Amino acid sequence: MADITNQSLNDIIKNVKTKKVSSTELTKAYVKNIESAKKLNAFVTTTFDQALDNAKQFDNKPNFDQLLPGIPLAVKDLFCTENTKTTAGSNILNNFIPSYESTVTKNLWDHGSFLLGKLNCDEFAMGSSNETSYYGNVINPVGDQLVPGGSSGGSSSALAADLTPATIGTDTGGSIRQPASFTGTVGLKPTYGLCSRWGIVAFASSLDQAGPMTKTIKDCAIMLEAMSGFDEKDSTSINKKKEQYSKNLKDNIKGLKIGIPKEYRVDNMPKEVDELWEKGKKILKDLGAQLIDISLPHTKYALPTYYIVAPAEASSNLARYDGVRYGYRSKQGKDLIEMYEKTRSEGFGDEVKRRILIGTYVLSSGYYDAYYLKAQKVRQLIKKDFDESFKKIDAILTPSTPSSAFKIGEKTNDPVSMYLNDIFTVPVNLAGLPALSMPAGVDKQGHPLGLQLIGKALDEQKILNIGYAFEKNCGFKNEIKKWWS
Amino acid sequence: MSKEKFDYFIKGEKGKYEVVIGLEVHAQVLSKSKLFSGSSTKFGADPNNQVSLIDSAFPGMLPVINEECVKQAVRTGLGLNAKINNYSVFDRKNYFYADLPQGYQISQYKNPIVGEGKVLLDMPYGSKEIGIERLHLEQDAGKSIHDIDPSNTYVDLNRSGIALMEIVSKPDLRSPDEVNAYIKKLRSIMRYLGTCDGNMQEGSLRADVNVSVRKEGDTNFGTRCEIKNVNSIKFMQMAIEYEAGRQVELIENGKKIDQETRLFDTKKNETRSMRSKEDAHDYRYFPDPDLLPLKLEQKLIDDLKKSLPELPDKKKERFVKEYGLNAYEANVLVSEKEISDYYEEVAKLSDKKLAATWMMGDLFAMLNDRGLDISKSPISAKHFAELVQAIKSGEISGRIAKEVFEIMVESGDNPKKIIESKGMKQQSDPKELEKMINEILSKNKDKVDQYKAGKEKLFGFFVGQVMKLSGGKANPQLTNEILKKLLKG
Repeated sequence: MADITNQSLNDIIKNVKTKKVSSTELTKAYVKNIESAKKLNAFVTTTFDQALDNAKQFDNKPNFDQLLPGIPLAVKDLFCTENTKTTAGSNILNNFIPSYESTVTKNLWDHGSFLLGKLNCDEFAMGSSNETSYYGNVINPVGDQLVPGGSSGGSSSALAADLTPATIGTDTGGSIRQPASFTGTVGLKPTYGLCSRWGIVAFASSLDQAGPMTKTIKDCAIMLEAMSGFDEKDSTSINKKKEQYSKNLKDNIKGLKIGIPKEYRVDNMPKEVDELWEKGKKILKDLGAQLIDISLPHTKYALPTYYIVAPAEASSNLARYDGVRYGYRSKQGKDLIEMYEKTRSEGFGDEVKRRILIGTYVLSSGYYDAYYLKAQKVRQLIKKDFDESFKKIDAILTPSTPSSAFKIGEKTNDPVSMYLNDIFTVPVNLAGLPALSMPAGVDKQGHPLGLQLIGKALDEQKILNIGYAFEKNCGFKNEIKKWWS
Repeated sequence: MSKEKFDYFIKGEKGKYEVVIGLEVHAQVLSKSKLFSGSSTKFGADPNNQVSLIDSAFPGMLPVINEECVKQAVRTGLGLNAKINNYSVFDRKNYFYADLPQGYQISQYKNPIVGEGKVLLDMPYGSKEIGIERLHLEQDAGKSIHDIDPSNTYVDLNRSGIALMEIVSKPDLRSPDEVNAYIKKLRSIMRYLGTCDGNMQEGSLRADVNVSVRKEGDTNFGTRCEIKNVNSIKFMQMAIEYEAGRQVELIENGKKIDQETRLFDTKKNETRSMRSKEDAHDYRYFPDPDLLPLKLEQKLIDDLKKSLPELPDKKKERFVKEYGLNAYEANVLVSEKEISDYYEEVAKLSDKKLAATWMMGDLFAMLNDRGLDISKSPISAKHFAELVQAIKSGEISGRIAKEVFEIMVESGDNPKKIIESKGMKQQSDPKELEKMINEILSKNKDKVDQYKAGKEKLFGFFVGQVMKLSGGKANPQLTNEILKKLLKG
């Protein structure tokens, strides 16, 4: 039999359902893959024993009617998992074992899957290359010198290297879509409020959203269906009927209007990215979609706005890591203040500290109006740009990132150039919209590149359908040599 | 009633100073669970036994607003004749402390749930209106305990996340007496509404007191100091007196008052500087992104308004009109809902005016002696009404009534039973009385002669003899009438 892991989630589910493969065989195969892929450093924690127990239980009493029957899944280490260490990529949580399960992971387990391990990520999801993790950087399976993107870099790397059949990440400014683009995989950031934030270590509450990362669009629909849903424990959760994204997946996009925003043609963008965008437009046009030029005039303010709003919220969200009740506490410190200072100095890495400082600054009295308040106003304008455009179009097509995966260490000393990586993804978070990154081609070095589809709020089905049609006609195949094993 | 004149000034060498006071009252919302979590709010549990993952700020935990707390705040706002805001926002107030698990307190900053309102005070110099600036909802912090261990601080998070209403007054108060009346009035209104139990011993009601002074007649405010977290009316009054005196002294000595936060040391009876304005925390308020703005439908507000109980001011008016009480009596009897309920039950079954007199006299004195609330009164309203009726109908005299009252307190029996079993019924049969009086007069012929000769003072002697003979049961009024008649003859 061929490699049972080198397949789409949908095919794996079929194999389980038709008893071609048992949950235990499947789990063992992933355990083997993970053990031989330590070089990638995609995992912070593995839960093999527990996973094999779960697989055995499933095989003894299989329920094939579930969405994810007997499927082992590794998840980003930002999701709190009951009795399994959850670090958020930080030293300050290096000993933190939650007594509770995040709503999103619980939803996945309720659909028949179980935990395989916790995936590395940038510290508190702050980063675009997975180089800020306390647990070391992650390597992109595409090339041993390449970053896997971030912050869900462990997730993208594990997925592309067949260390998990699908996974989930979180996306605050592009943390699902950019790593998906860098690894030739699919990543979806849902509408803000579609997936519960309860039990996810918070970065920036008004922007954070969990979403699926998968090999195919169909897989993406399955995962989204399993993980999403109203949660009364999250006040920002949207109360609406659950959708059957995978069942309703259609590849007919005839007559759909696709907006092409002129502001996304940025300076210094590699020619290949532009060519890829053109290729994407052509594919959609050939499938009967109508291309419409649109303008999102406030796009250029999105990045600075994001880098005020997100750090502001983060500076407050991360105040709870003080060494008092859980997590790392410095052994030094004569009094409370010194204990705080030492704990947080030793517990947080440089990027996290940088953002706490920025966030504290922009909220300070005397600066609040000039920075935070102004950023909130601009955020509304950015949202309005999208609202206006969506009156005449169904979805927006843009590149996912301005470049393919860059080299490890290339941007670590230049935070601003690192931040620029999020230029196409950030506006979507500010507007709370759903957006999909789908693999579309490779650059001249053979590194994958993605295109982004942005939808109206709660229009996940439509962008999945467009992605589904695109995927069938794009001809992209992710050819990753398993150089690490 | 003659009205006194307001006269609370601090006298300095260079003149009289007016004291200007504003209060920020923190009132614990009466609710089963906390403002943003399902933990219990019951007082007195073992440390850290009423703490959820939300209250202790575990990673990924999110607040969800408790609707009952919102309703309680709206009710309180309505009780303060205040504007209820259909749109309000929860903000984060950021600061680090060991008993503040989130590293921020969820509060309301720019958009509170309740806007301007007013409270009426009855002062000896007339009625006075105190403006309410705003009321907002916020979380309480936990408690740091420094005195269990010499080198460690212990933290109890039972209180962490409990809902508080911060009620901010305008700087309209001018004396410790007004502060006393204001706190009592607020407490009374909230207890009527059932929105705060007002229990100061348990910390359900605390206040930050803002004090400044100015020369009598000045219209500009002086520099104020804020005295933090004072938890009894007495301490508030002491703190104000001390602080006003301190400020006057500074001014008289040509010194400047620094705007600062001060603490009241209850043992030394003085206020001490805690932090200056320069050291003031920058709380970096911003809207809490975990919570949506609070939008209240007008219908909810209207419905709550319709379901409000009668409040003290209205009830007082009614008591004057319906029961013929004077303003003072009405004021006392409406001060606590339980007292007014008791009174109304008594008044329904007995003489309204007499009931008020006896309640405010003997009943209150007894409760006060025993340190009891009226809800714990050993005499039920029904029994008390029977006692009042027995006095009113002449069945027993006021003097006997006092005895009956004592026995009622001890035994809990109804007055009828006591009066009958002890034979305490008043003698009101004219024939019986006449018989008795004749007996006394015939025994004291000499005194009768003296009386007739003009020594009218002896009348009291005869009354005393009648009372003695009757065992105090002779109807005093009838005794007087008959005695006068017989002495004439």
